[in-house]
Amino acid sequence: MTLYMAGFSHLIPFAAAHEIIRQKKSHLTLCRATPDLIYDQMIAAGVADRLVFSYAGNPGVGLLPAFRRAVEQGDISLEEYTHFEMVARLEAGAAGLPFWPLKSPITDLVLRRPAATVTCPYTGAAVPTVPALNPDVTWVHVQAADSDGNLYVSGLVGEMKEAALAAKTVVATTESFYPADVLRTRRGELLLPGFRVSAVAHVPMGAHPSYASGLYERDTRFYQQWTAIAKDAERCQAWLEEWIYGTANHEQYLSKWGQDYLNHLVVGGML
Amino acid sequence: MNNRDVMAIISARLLEDQQRVLVGVGTPNVAANLAKRLHAPNLVMIYESGIIDARPKKLPLSIGDGTLVEESLAVLPMGELFSQYLQTGWIDIGFLGAAQIDSRGNLNSTTIGSYEHPTIRLAGSGGAADIAHHARRTITILPHSRERFAAKIDFVTSPGHPPGGCRTDGGGPWRVVTDLGLFGFDSEGEMICLSLMPSHTYEEILDMSGWHIPFQSPLSVVPDPSPEEIRVLQSLYDTLPGGAL
Repeated sequence: MTLYMAGFSHLIPFAAAHEIIRQKKSHLTLCRATPDLIYDQMIAAGVADRLVFSYAGNPGVGLLPAFRRAVEQGDISLEEYTHFEMVARLEAGAAGLPFWPLKSPITDLVLRRPAATVTCPYTGAAVPTVPALNPDVTWVHVQAADSDGNLYVSGLVGEMKEAALAAKTVVATTESFYPADVLRTRRGELLLPGFRVSAVAHVPMGAHPSYASGLYERDTRFYQQWTAIAKDAERCQAWLEEWIYGTANHEQYLSKWGQDYLNHLVVGGML
Repeated sequence: MNNRDVMAIISARLLEDQQRVLVGVGTPNVAANLAKRLHAPNLVMIYESGIIDARPKKLPLSIGDGTLVEESLAVLPMGELFSQYLQTGWIDIGFLGAAQIDSRGNLNSTTIGSYEHPTIRLAGSGGAADIAHHARRTITILPHSRERFAAKIDFVTSPGHPPGGCRTDGGGPWRVVTDLGLFGFDSEGEMICLSLMPSHTYEEILDMSGWHIPFQSPLSVVPDPSPEEIRVLQSLYDTLPGGAL
């Protein structure tokens, strides 16, 4: 199964990823422009065979240790693009087209792939293309949803909307859940209409340790600590054991952090 | 002051007010934020996450930081930024880092060793290849060493000047800033040393590079970081949670 856990730095669906780890899913193809800590944890937990991506770094900190280890030991296969190519793949997928044309530079990544240019029917010029990416499931985490399944996001959206629209099935977790029609004035923030969404779960702080604009800040301290945790394979497994397998659900994961710790991340101070 | 600070200050000087600069992670991010607080208050900082005209109060730790979003003009979907602003030539300067560079300004940020069996697997392109290709010109910052300045880099992540000449559209690598010198490219698209960093020599550059980099004569020395530049850089670091990177 091909899975896209969306959210560029912002609104990363960590709670959902942790549950996928708890349920010991395996052989997934994980897609994300920026694998970030969410996929580093999933790779460390052994849920993935394959990774489709464009930037595998720990934003502002460095590299992703579990990803590095898996690649350097040959434990995961890679399909790699640039950010623009990755987004263009999703644009094609979202539009129901087989490929997307773009002015793409010739790089060693491009040279490793089969030739993929089309001839422009109007000018005769060769135009590079990338193939559509259609995840089986895209998972998004949003600030607000209503009982009709309409999803609302404010702040950084990255490639979230294209990733969702390219998927056959969209599943969401949300910070806040409202009755139908209450959010209809927030037109500019609509990510997806409810008819495009298969399921929504109410999971406050479901993006921790990433952030949700207006609600809580990124847990920068944990992003920095992750390097030391994940560098050592044993310590990394111990972390998963304690924080993910050792907690029954996201509520328990959050209470393990403790209210005081989480309060310093919350905008305005109190959850 | 460490080497990184000097590199950030010298590369900040290369940015001009009003320019639209697409800012990469790491030292480029420090440099652009520094330029905006010094001589380029109207610098339009754009981040590949989709943030346009950022005016961060704090030094952003990453390109998707909340501090960038809060004080920005707007947040664009990534597809819109790459497709309709970058691809169409609206970015003046692409500001990049890299693990390796060659004489034509090709950059590697993908892998050390072979792609299939890397010694060190790096983060990969992100938007770097797209920015290198579509920005009107690029500035690259990286520390100077023989491993990093390689006659043949391990992987071409972001393209430099093509074989046999400079890019004909005026684009491509424009300046390279290291802890040893400031570099440009000649009419053939080959790297050339323009100036030395304070208290460094041309011999050091030759020692620390995997090919012979010629110099443009007369070879000048970059002016020392000024007290004002040092003060503003420090005040930028002071906005970080830990006080420094």
